[in-house]
Amino acid sequence: MNLTLKVWRQSGPNATGRIETYEAKEIPSEASFLEMLDIVNTGIIKEGGDPIHFDHDCREGICGSCSLAINGVPHSKESGITTCQVHMRKFREGETIWIEPFRARAFPVIKDLMVDRSAFDRIIAAGGYIDVRTGSAPEANSIPIGKEDADEAFDAATCIGCGACVAACKNASAMLFVGAKAAHLNILPQGHPEKDKRVLALVRQMDAEGFGNCTNHYECEAVCPKEISADVISKLNRDYAAAIVREAVAE
Amino acid sequence: MASNASSTPTPNGTLNSAIPEGPLPGKWTQYKAKAKLINPANKRKYSVIVVGSGLAGGAAAATLSELGYQVKCFCYQDSPRRAHSIAAQGGINGAKNYQNDGDSVWRLFYDTIKGGDFRAREANVHRLAEISLQIIDQCVAQGVPFAREYGGALANRSFGGAQVSRTFYARGQTGQQLLIGCYQALEKEIAKGGVKMHTRTEMLDLVVVDGHAKGIVVRDLTTGEITSHAADAVILATGGYGNVFFLSTNAMGCNVTAALRANKRGAYMANPCFTQIHPTCIPVSGDYQSKLTLMSESLRNDGRIWVPKSKEDAAKIRSGTMMAKDIPEEGRDFFLERKYPSFGNLAPRDISSRSAKEVCDEGRGVAKTGLGVFLDFSDAINRLGKEAIKARYGNLFQMYEKIAGEDPYETPMKIYPAVHYTMGGLWVDYNLMSNIAGLHVLGEANFSDHGANRLGASALMQGLADGYFVIPTTLPNYLASQKPGTVTTSAPEFKQIEAEVKERIDQLMNVKGTKTVDSFHRELGMLVWDKCGMARSEAGLKEALAKIPQIREDFWKNVRIPGSPDGTNMELEKAWRVADFIDFAEIMCHDALAREESCGGHFREEYQFTAEDEAVKSGYTNPGEAMRRDDEFAYVSAWEFKGPGVPPVLHKEPLVYEAVELSVRSYK
Repeated sequence: MNLTLKVWRQSGPNATGRIETYEAKEIPSEASFLEMLDIVNTGIIKEGGDPIHFDHDCREGICGSCSLAINGVPHSKESGITTCQVHMRKFREGETIWIEPFRARAFPVIKDLMVDRSAFDRIIAAGGYIDVRTGSAPEANSIPIGKEDADEAFDAATCIGCGACVAACKNASAMLFVGAKAAHLNILPQGHPEKDKRVLALVRQMDAEGFGNCTNHYECEAVCPKEISADVISKLNRDYAAAIVREAVAE
Repeated sequence: MASNASSTPTPNGTLNSAIPEGPLPGKWTQYKAKAKLINPANKRKYSVIVVGSGLAGGAAAATLSELGYQVKCFCYQDSPRRAHSIAAQGGINGAKNYQNDGDSVWRLFYDTIKGGDFRAREANVHRLAEISLQIIDQCVAQGVPFAREYGGALANRSFGGAQVSRTFYARGQTGQQLLIGCYQALEKEIAKGGVKMHTRTEMLDLVVVDGHAKGIVVRDLTTGEITSHAADAVILATGGYGNVFFLSTNAMGCNVTAALRANKRGAYMANPCFTQIHPTCIPVSGDYQSKLTLMSESLRNDGRIWVPKSKEDAAKIRSGTMMAKDIPEEGRDFFLERKYPSFGNLAPRDISSRSAKEVCDEGRGVAKTGLGVFLDFSDAINRLGKEAIKARYGNLFQMYEKIAGEDPYETPMKIYPAVHYTMGGLWVDYNLMSNIAGLHVLGEANFSDHGANRLGASALMQGLADGYFVIPTTLPNYLASQKPGTVTTSAPEFKQIEAEVKERIDQLMNVKGTKTVDSFHRELGMLVWDKCGMARSEAGLKEALAKIPQIREDFWKNVRIPGSPDGTNMELEKAWRVADFIDFAEIMCHDALAREESCGGHFREEYQFTAEDEAVKSGYTNPGEAMRRDDEFAYVSAWEFKGPGVPPVLHKEPLVYEAVELSVRSYK
């Protein structure tokens, strides 16, 4: 198939970006979206140009590296998948495709379509863990966990940290990402002792990184490749409210 | 330290595996009782470099920091959470015997030794089986949401090469969940200041000072800056070399650079020809393809593997004039169930892969290219219902549907073997230290535990065992002999190697040829897949060894790297890695040529059972099965680099089996 690409090009973090046009010719419809970009890049390199840079690694939807907004939607309008799982058979012959980075103030562009998502790491470092030293764990079956709780924690834990939720939100809010981590660890009994401390630390770091507030538009849920429910945001709000009250009472 | 007194690990001596003395089940306990310790106040004076942030590297960095060491951790990805351990699907083994089905540490040890076709070190494997119990405890405590029964206890499933259910799993995303647990532990230590994390940073060389590994030279992949880092010990946890084949299930960035650079600085490369071809991957569909996708081995619990009995039916399926469902039961050849009745579809990976190749070579393949077999869930769906299958494998079925464009609930999956894991790696002793003092190697990057074939759900186990429990115990044995902080980056060795790295980058940039990096990678990959893949022969390997130097020459004359080395340049990153893959491919083929036997993932066409052999006549094994030659080849091959263009030199570590008897592997 033959397509026209409108791609965001930006040579470095401080450079001015612009949209450039490329023709993608003779693309096999079985190819993945990133393989289509590989083919276009081969052409660019052969003509002496600088290839389009984008983050990618596992190419099977689990590492969370790939991060393209395709026709304005993070990971494309197809639900429940990452950029690398988008296949060309979903596009029409002759179509024009707009390709941009995940945009947010907290995700500065590094080059072209690559962005810096280290803010997510700093949020996890602030409180997204259970503080257990290696070697100090009790016997694994000594804490029974009901299947329902285990499944609910699991659903939240499937987050791949790609940042699509932030890029889709008009406020660039990270509430789905933070809510998912808080839900994963707060639902499990192992996570209860640090529940309040965790939720306060996560939210404070999220605010410090410059992510916006949640105004309940649910765009995050719509683009999440792991289909994490916005219910985790309500749970985060509840846990945060309880924690802040307990913190105030304790002081 | 108790050890074999025969020798010491020196670049020119024989290899000392440093296995503790005494009966096998007590070796690790004895080791721990006698191992050197460093007191808490002194630990913080020592610095350790960890390269790689997957299960092995992340676990090591987090745990060493908890213990008080100053850790610097490096990864090429933008976050340690994205290391390729994340893509492991099926599970992690642990000899808990929660199923009461007769499992034990001994049985996990034995299954692993046998699964590895008797080419792994007994002492290391027994230690791994012992530690498997602690790993499950640790991961649960971190909040890893393993699958559970309704009563709240942990659930298990079966994996290839075992007749017990000892695999713990988190849907089809076990690697992801274990890595997130590990990553969270690492981030916790980063926040406390114990670990300094360097993301988007790639190790390009190892610095050895007076025979000791004391640092690395890295490139910042964002700015292009080349810098040196010194420490009291260096740990490589940089994964496997599956991408030497270009197409593999590895992530695009996985590479052999750190291990190959260490090899060039004196560390031996062990058993590089032991590569694992995983039986259940989505078949190749075209030459634009950038990577292959694995379908978890757990699918073989409920999926049945078959091809049509007749070539004519297979041809009709390939041309689309017949569907799988049109072939009646009696027209189907469930070849694994037929050949291996006691293990059936759960035969080990090497055996399952070769069987699939065999039926496709006979012209009975079902994918368009002829290279594919069916993995069929219709029986399981009829027996258990679609919902039950969805609960077990939902995300895998969805992944398949997205890539292949077919619904596996309705029509069988098509699968074919693909390169997945590499058992070979840098040689290490029982301490996980290479023959270069201070250089430790963990996880897939070392060679130590899987012999010639790894069993399913054992890679995650080994990575975490090495990182959480082995290295924190064994590292002090080395560090206690070292005064902390004696070497800094101002040492002339650092300046020298930094200059060499910069010169090599200039060389690459200045070729200014006409061919893309990928075109060389693809050419190399096809060559080694063809000659050093699922089946190898003397003639084919010699052909590959003649061809690789030509690819190298062409590469250094004609590769084109656009842009500048200052700043982000993904073509430069790939070019450096491909240049190293070319050199590595040579060592791999030398190893495959020198190992004149078939074992595990290494199948030499010259060495297989025929109808004339006693083991076949007695019905113990089948014609065409791998024939080991224990009298001559029960050793670890360890290759020493001797200079560019010079063949590497082979050193041998004899494998001594005290506790198990070597036998012909049979899964009939």
